[in-house]
Amino acid sequence: MPDGAEPVLDVRGLKTVFRTREGNVHAVNSVSFHLRPGELLGVVGESGSGKSVTMMSLIGLLPSPPAEVQAGQVLLDGRDILQVSSTQLQSIRGARIGFIFQDPMTSLNPVFTVGSQIMEPLRKHMGLTKAQAQVRAAELLDLVGIPDAKKRLSGYPHQFSGGMRQRVMIAIALACDPRVLIADEPTTALDVTIQAQILELVRELRQKLGMAIIWITHDLGVIAGIADRVMVMYAGQVVEQAPVKELFTRPQHPYTRALLKTIPHLAGPRSDRLQVIEGQPPIMMAAPAACAFAPRCAHAFDRCLRENPQRRPVGQGHDVACHWEAGAAHA
Amino acid sequence: MRDASPRKLVEVKNLKMHFAINSGILRRHTGDVKAVDGVSFDIYEGETLGLVGESGCGKSTVGRALLRLYEATSGSVVIDGTDIGRLGQKALRRIRPKMQMVFQDPQASLNPRMTVAAIIGEPLVEHTDLRGNARLARIHELMDQVGLNRAFAGRFPHEFSGGQRQRIGIARALALNPRFIVCDEPIAALDVSIQAQVVNLLEDLQDRLGLTYLFISHDLSMVRHIADRVAVMYLGQIAELSPRDALYADPLHPYAQALLSAVPEPDPSVESSRRRIILKGDVPSPANPPKGCNFCTRCPQAQPVCSDVKPPLLEVTPGRHVACHFVPPITAAAGSTGGPEASERNRQGEDR
Ligand SMILES: Nc1ncnc2c1ncn2[C@@H]1O[C@H](COP(=O)(O)OP(=O)(O)O)[C@@H](O)[C@H]1O
Ligand SMILES: Nc1ncnc2c1ncn2[C@@H]1O[C@H](COP(=O)(O)OP(=O)(O)O)[C@@H](O)[C@H]1O
Ligand code: SF4
Ligand code: SF4
Ligand SMILES: [Mg+2]
Ligand SMILES: [Mg+2]
Repeated sequence: MPDGAEPVLDVRGLKTVFRTREGNVHAVNSVSFHLRPGELLGVVGESGSGKSVTMMSLIGLLPSPPAEVQAGQVLLDGRDILQVSSTQLQSIRGARIGFIFQDPMTSLNPVFTVGSQIMEPLRKHMGLTKAQAQVRAAELLDLVGIPDAKKRLSGYPHQFSGGMRQRVMIAIALACDPRVLIADEPTTALDVTIQAQILELVRELRQKLGMAIIWITHDLGVIAGIADRVMVMYAGQVVEQAPVKELFTRPQHPYTRALLKTIPHLAGPRSDRLQVIEGQPPIMMAAPAACAFAPRCAHAFDRCLRENPQRRPVGQGHDVACHWEAGAAHA
Repeated sequence: MRDASPRKLVEVKNLKMHFAINSGILRRHTGDVKAVDGVSFDIYEGETLGLVGESGCGKSTVGRALLRLYEATSGSVVIDGTDIGRLGQKALRRIRPKMQMVFQDPQASLNPRMTVAAIIGEPLVEHTDLRGNARLARIHELMDQVGLNRAFAGRFPHEFSGGQRQRIGIARALALNPRFIVCDEPIAALDVSIQAQVVNLLEDLQDRLGLTYLFISHDLSMVRHIADRVAVMYLGQIAELSPRDALYADPLHPYAQALLSAVPEPDPSVESSRRRIILKGDVPSPANPPKGCNFCTRCPQAQPVCSDVKPPLLEVTPGRHVACHFVPPITAAAGSTGGPEASERNRQGEDR
C-alpha cells in the first residue's frame, strides 16, 4: 500500500464514557488513528483496554445510555460518520464497513438459515434480486472455503462447526465488498489449528479483495503473523504505534516492552522464570491526568504522575506516549 | 529431583471415560461419547506433566478421572501406590487431601457468598480438627503463601481481580498439604500480563512444597515454559508423550507437528518464513471416532493402513512415546511406561 495514500478511515480524538452507578467509566480517551487502503492494522491490549469500545464507538453500535461518545471525528473516505443520520449510518455499516465478532454464535441468528443471513445485506444494500443474491451468497461461501457451498446455504448456524461459523461471519462481512473490515478477536474462541485455517483464509482474501482491515486481538503472535502496522492500547489510550517489525524489534513504550518480555515463546532460548508485570490494568473512573501505566511501570518518575504523556514520533510511522526516553536522564 | 530413578507418583493405565448418550423419549442408551479412550501415562514425583490438545479432546476429563471426580469406565489410576478407582468412599475421603484441583474459571469455582477466609478454610473444616484461631492462622499462612494480603480475608470473591481470584483457588487447593495438583487451564481466563504472575507462583510453590503437577492447557508456549514432559492428546487419546525440549524441537507425531506449527509466534520475521501445516476440516465427534488411527481423517501423511489399523502408543526412542504407524522405533525399548531416562530428562531451568 502506498505510504502517501489518503486514509480510508481517519479517527481523531475519539472519547467515549459510560455512565454507571459507580460513576463515569472513561473507556476511550482521545484515541486517534488512521487506516490506509489495503492495510491491516492490528490492535492489541489487555481486556478492558478499550479496543472493542473504540471500534463500536466509531460505527455507532454502542447503546446510549450508558455509552456516550463525547468527542471526536471519524472520517470514512473524508466524511465524518459521527455526524450522519442514523439511517445513513446503518447503510454505511452494512455496505462500507463489515464486522466480525469473537463469537459467531451470538452474531448469527439461530432461527434463520445461513443463506438468508448472507443474502440479507446483499438485497438490502446492493439491491440484488432474490435469485441474484442466492448466486452471490453461494459464491461468498465458496470464497471463504466452505465446501458444497450451494447446499450449505440452507443449513442453520448450529449445523456448522465453530470454525465454519466464523467463515460464515466473514462471508457476511464481505458480502457488500466493504472498504473496511473490523474484526474483533475473531479467532480468540477457536482452537489453534482452526485459527490457523482462518488466518490463512484472511491472507488469501486480502490478496484477492484488497480491503483494509482492523484486527483486534490480545494475542501478539497473531499480530506478528498478519499485521502491517500495530497499535497498542492501554487504559483507553493508544500508547504506541509502529509498523509491525519495528514494534517487535524496537518497542519503545515500557508497557509494550514488558508485554513482549512476559510472554513465553515456542522456540529459542527458554528462560527459567517468566518476567512479570506487577499489578493489574486500571478501570478509568476519571479522565487520565497522569500516565495510566505509572503504578506498574519500572521507569516511572515524577513527571509521569503529574502529566499524561502525549504521543510523540520516535521513528518512521512510529510514535509513543511516554515521558521516558531510553538512555536519557530523568528527574 | 536429582535421584537417578525418579519415583512415579501417578500411574495411569488404559484409562477410559465414556459418557452415555441417551436419546428418544425413552432415554434409551444409543451410544457413548468416548471422551477418554485408552490413555496411559505416568507422572513422576516433583515434575510437571503438561497435557495439551484442542478443546474437547478430553483433557479435563482425564484430570477429573484422575482425582476420581468421575468414575472411570475402565482402566486404573494409581496415586502414590493406591489404586484410586478401587477405594471405598471412606478410604477415598481419607486420601482426598493428597490430590487437589485448580480450575480455569476462578469466578465460577468460588462461592460468591463466602468470604475468602471461608473459601480457603472450607477444606480445613471438612478434613481437619483445626478450629478458631488455629484455623485462622492456617488461613493467613496460606494467604501469605499465594501472595494475598491477609487484611482481605473478610472480603468476597467479586472484590478481587481475576488473577487474585486464581490465587484464592490455589490457596484453597493447598490447604490440606496436597502432593499432587491437577491444574486445569489455570491461566486461560487471565490477561497476558497476569498469566506470568500466576505461573511463577505455581512454580515457586512447586519448589517450596515439592508438588507434582498435571498442567492442562491449550497454550503450547506456556506449557513449554512450565512442563518437564508433555502429552499431546487428540480425540480422547495420546498422540505423543515426550520430554519438553525434544517435543518442541522435533515433534514426531503428525498431529503434534501440525499443532505446533499452528501456534503463532510473537515474532514477525519468524512468522513470515514459517512453514505451516494447515489441517483440513474439523475434529470428528468423540461419539463416532474414525476407525484405525483417530487422526486419519485429517492427517497429511495418512496411508490406507491408517484408516484400518489403530497405531499403539510406542516408545520410539528413550522417553518418547508416539502413536503413529509411520514413526518407527529408533531404538527398541519394549515394556517401558514413559519414564524419562536420566539423560533425556528435562528439568525446569535447564536450557538446552
Ligand atoms: N456497558 C458498559 N458499561 C460500563 N463500562 C463498560 C461497558 N462496556 C465496556 N465498559 C468498560 O470500558 C472499558 C473498555 O472496554 P472494552 O473496549 O470492552 O475493552 P477491550 O475490548 O479492550 O477488552 C472497560 O473498562 C470496560 O469495563
Ligand atoms: N459430563 C459429560 N457428559 C457428556 N459428555 C461430556 C462430559 N464431559 C465432557 N464430555 C465430552 O467429552 C469430550 C471431552 O471433553 P473435555 O474433557 O472437557 O475436553 P477438554 O478439556 O480437552 O476441552 C467432549 O466431547 C465433551 O463434550
Ligand atoms: S510516562 Fe512514565 S510511567 Fe508512563 S510509561 Fe512512560 S515512563 Fe512509565
Ligand atoms: S497412523 Fe497414519 S493417520 Fe495416524 S498419524 Fe500416523 S500417518 Fe497419520
Ligand atoms: Mg473486546
Ligand atoms: Mg477442559
